[in-house]
Amino acid sequence: MDESSDATENMPQLSLPQRSALYIALRTAAILLAFTLVFTALMAGAYYLTAPRVAASAQVEKLRLLAVVLAPSFHDNDLLKDAITLPPNSALGTSENTRLYRARKNGQPVALVFEAIAPDGYSGKIGLLLAVSSTGQLLALRVTQHKETPGLGDYIDPKKDRNKVRPWISQFANIGFDSVPPEQWHVKKDGGHFDQMAGATISARAVTNASGRALAWVNKNHDKLFALPANSLYQE
Amino acid sequence: MSALNNLSNIAKNGFWKQNPLLVQLLGLCPLLAISTSLVNAVSLGLATILVMLLANFAVASLRALIPYEIRIPVFVLIIAALVTVVDLSFNAFLHDLYLVLGIFIPLIVTNCIVLARVEAFAAKNGLAAATLDGVMMGVGFLWVIALIGGLRELIGQGTLFSGIEMIFPALSGIQVLPADYPGFLIMMLPPGAFFTLGLLIAGRNWSEARANQRRLNQLKQAEHPGDKPAENMPPFTA
Repeated sequence: MDESSDATENMPQLSLPQRSALYIALRTAAILLAFTLVFTALMAGAYYLTAPRVAASAQVEKLRLLAVVLAPSFHDNDLLKDAITLPPNSALGTSENTRLYRARKNGQPVALVFEAIAPDGYSGKIGLLLAVSSTGQLLALRVTQHKETPGLGDYIDPKKDRNKVRPWISQFANIGFDSVPPEQWHVKKDGGHFDQMAGATISARAVTNASGRALAWVNKNHDKLFALPANSLYQE
Repeated sequence: MSALNNLSNIAKNGFWKQNPLLVQLLGLCPLLAISTSLVNAVSLGLATILVMLLANFAVASLRALIPYEIRIPVFVLIIAALVTVVDLSFNAFLHDLYLVLGIFIPLIVTNCIVLARVEAFAAKNGLAAATLDGVMMGVGFLWVIALIGGLRELIGQGTLFSGIEMIFPALSGIQVLPADYPGFLIMMLPPGAFFTLGLLIAGRNWSEARANQRRLNQLKQAEHPGDKPAENMPPFTA
């Protein structure tokens, strides 16, 4: 070490202005480090204390969401355990791994519940959750996340839809390609079957087209999706 | 100045004289994002009060330990840690409330009013004064964002309290304007927040200017009781 650090050690404690820049810098850095350690410990402690409860809440939340598209009476297996992982898939619009849940009753396939993404919403991606029966019917469709304009395009989410009796999204309940063929699976404005709200077609079009693509893909791969062992990775 | 007087001044500053949104113009980012409805605005306001209370309390009690040169990184550290702890605790122990307020809590970190009050007030004042300042600045933020949220919701989509069923399932939003009200889109988009805030600031400045003029007139009356009130006095010229 050089002279200046020696000098600091021999100096009386109270003559602050004479302390070297090095001493002050080190002391300040040490205080900052101490604050960082204390507050990081605080955050880590809070994380460890709350992690089990947060995970339990997330599980409950997931089940609640699954129950919205597929009534629990439809199946007798544990959906969260009987699930497989889907890699990114262009038909579903996903760019990350997603989970696909398989509902069975008495060991027989009943329905598949899975996520899809409509990439072409008015303000970015729209997350969807679909339940498709083994007979190829779309049982229910819900929007899980979106950034559509409040009061305009957000009617795709039944919570925001002003029509509480027959929200827009309820058109997609118990409907399949047997009653609405794939070439008709569009909004009315595009010459298809499904209604949209005047002035806010883009959100409805994105959801409608994405659900049609997802339904076609799942129907095509239905048997393979049910045959895979639980927790395995699906491959094309 | 007595201690009580001082505390009442702090309260008045947060609520009106130094109102964070109307005078200091801080916290515009969450204002734009969240003031689309009354319920959202009040939710964010409540979460902000909680975080400002904790942040000002923590900084006022630790201020003797914080060197001046590194105060900003330390303040940021304290605020971020507190927000994280509040976020995790809500998620774990008040999960139903978290589902409603949850998305707002991390947003508070982007609200510079928290850092501004910590730096301008809590770092220089005692515990009680700093805590009160945090709460009252939060209250000042709350009432303005609630007013803007209510106005935007009413003019933009003709309703009030929409979304309240997410907090109180028994209640539901009110359709204030006729059901066939076409809506006024620009009020729901970010420019609507700027227009509304601009009008509120103008209104506040107007009322302050009137109050000042009245005070001036009273002063003049006291000095020259014979004069008639200077209602339309020309501007002062040298």
